[in-house]
Amino acid sequence: MNKNSLYNIFIENDSVFAFVKAFLAVLSAFILVYFILLVTGYRPLPVYSALFQGAFGSRRGFGETLLSTTPLLFSGLGFALAYRCGLFNIGLEGQITMGGIAAAFFGFIIPEINPFIHVLICISAGALAGGMWGFIPGYLKAKFGVHEVISVIMLNHIAFKFAAYLVSMQGPMKDKIDDMPASPVISESAKIVRIVSRTRLHWGIFLGIVIAVLVWFLLFRLRLGFKIRAVGKNPYAAEAAGISIKKHIIITLSLSGALGGLAGAVEILGVHYRLFAAFSPGYGFDAIAVALLGMVNPIGIIASSFLFGILRSGSVFMQAMYGVNKDMVSVITAIIVFFMGMSIPIGILIKDRIKRKNHGLDV
Amino acid sequence: MDLMFKLFSLTVFASTLRIATPVILAALGGCMSERSGVINIGLEGMMLMGAFSAVVGSYFFGAWIGVLIGLLTGGLMGLLHAFMSVTIKANQIISATAINIMAVGLPNILIPVIWPNHFGISPTVPVIADIHLPFISSIPVIGKVIGHQNPIVYLTLILVPVISYLLFKTKLGLRIRAVGEHPQAADTLGINVYKMRYIAVTMSGMLAGLGGAFLSICYQAQFSMAMTAGRGFIGLAAMIFGRWSPKGALLACLLFGFADAFQASAQAAGVPIPPELMLSFPYVLTLIALVGLFGKTAVSPAANGKPYFKG
Repeated sequence: MNKNSLYNIFIENDSVFAFVKAFLAVLSAFILVYFILLVTGYRPLPVYSALFQGAFGSRRGFGETLLSTTPLLFSGLGFALAYRCGLFNIGLEGQITMGGIAAAFFGFIIPEINPFIHVLICISAGALAGGMWGFIPGYLKAKFGVHEVISVIMLNHIAFKFAAYLVSMQGPMKDKIDDMPASPVISESAKIVRIVSRTRLHWGIFLGIVIAVLVWFLLFRLRLGFKIRAVGKNPYAAEAAGISIKKHIIITLSLSGALGGLAGAVEILGVHYRLFAAFSPGYGFDAIAVALLGMVNPIGIIASSFLFGILRSGSVFMQAMYGVNKDMVSVITAIIVFFMGMSIPIGILIKDRIKRKNHGLDV
Repeated sequence: MDLMFKLFSLTVFASTLRIATPVILAALGGCMSERSGVINIGLEGMMLMGAFSAVVGSYFFGAWIGVLIGLLTGGLMGLLHAFMSVTIKANQIISATAINIMAVGLPNILIPVIWPNHFGISPTVPVIADIHLPFISSIPVIGKVIGHQNPIVYLTLILVPVISYLLFKTKLGLRIRAVGEHPQAADTLGINVYKMRYIAVTMSGMLAGLGGAFLSICYQAQFSMAMTAGRGFIGLAAMIFGRWSPKGALLACLLFGFADAFQASAQAAGVPIPPELMLSFPYVLTLIALVGLFGKTAVSPAANGKPYFKG
């Protein structure tokens, strides 16, 4: 091959191309934040090293990393699914909240039963509740043309207030025994079992990977997924081919919401064991970055959710060691989102240029 | 009867105006940006950054400089969004989302750097005091509602017709709208599409930043985490409800402001509805208002959200 062979690998293999883009986005974010740390008076290298030490340095730390990966994986998949249909579901945080509420409710209302059945009921209820919270914006968009970005933000706030109400002093789900603004603790049989001793890690992560494969299968092997992607790529062409835009908007947002609901349910059943008002620390918003960094591909999202899991769990140690606010991670997240937003059009441009050069079309 | 009297007192209308102000400013920002063809869901983040920098400015240099700094910071964020969506041609929603994520995190990092031992909440800072309008405040009903307000409230009420005039009666406004409807045609006529969009989106950020400054150093006297609480998004909804026109948006914002003022006074009057549920009233109302648009023509600018590739 000629000297262009590296280029050829680059442009002919989409996943290599995607990986390089994602890698560059993460690298740029770390470099930029390096300077932010420097300007705000911290020593960047020890801070970074603490970040990774926190995420990998101990058995417990690594457990926490995988623990934060789990909800990010579910909600990242939810965001990606909607994105493939041309929809921008920034309402995952609200859908997570609704899923958590439903799971907690069935978790404590049902006494000890067969654990498998109990967890199944709770997880299904969570998915259903999240799905309902996704169905509403889908229906509003299909029927009334309400832009989903605005309706889901309203639904987010409604969900947060609803959860706060449920566990408030007069709330119907408030635990009567202690003073905490929380629901009663769920039954033993509703708890998702921990898998590694001396960590909080539970088997939710495996469920996440299974679901990721299922979403991949749905998107790229099933007729429904093909239609969803067709609507996302070119709604008018899809409509002309007999695919109903409205129907698929409703289906996709419901499924996307259900994935958010799953995230909330697994979080409640596997980590908190009871409902708090703001139990999700923004997983639904991180989902945007997770999905974009994973190139809105379920398999890529397994990897990107792990990266964000590292950032989440490592930041706690980083804050404890050097006093850098753990929100530094959200700045890294924002920069990654920026660069992913940038790299997609730039990537198309570069690819186009290389292709034209290779075919002798460019001078 | 007594309860009704309490709920619909004139103070409710006065606070309606105060609560609506930041939302009106965000909605005006939305009008500017979207009329030029750039979707701006980053208003929320621009507002939040405006609120934060206004507090910093007020702490060090006094309240009015704080307002100015808030406005400029918003403009800077707008410039960033313009760069991403006009020059880089990134997905506008992705770019704005990045701004929103950053605006939540950045203040939390900077607060302990600026004020040691403060986390998530700034110390209280000088505020811009309310003023009495000499003649208007003595008019019976209207005086109670608009006679005694914050200067920024008055400024906002003036800005509504000003922005409306700018967009619909001036050459610049015509160009901005042309670029938002049909950039190719505008380009052939010699209008600089990129420049128009840069101007419009930067101004949009400034308006949002001003809204944030109002929130942190007029409405309150400090910055707290995520204090905008969706107001940027509600402003966006109000703009759509008002069909991309400043005057229409104003009415929608007042409706929202009333919902919020009403729930607050209902709580104070002891209406037996849990406060947490009452707090969700404005959001529910916004949703219903958006649905209520059904059947009427709510047409966004034709080139809204589409990057323009100069051919």
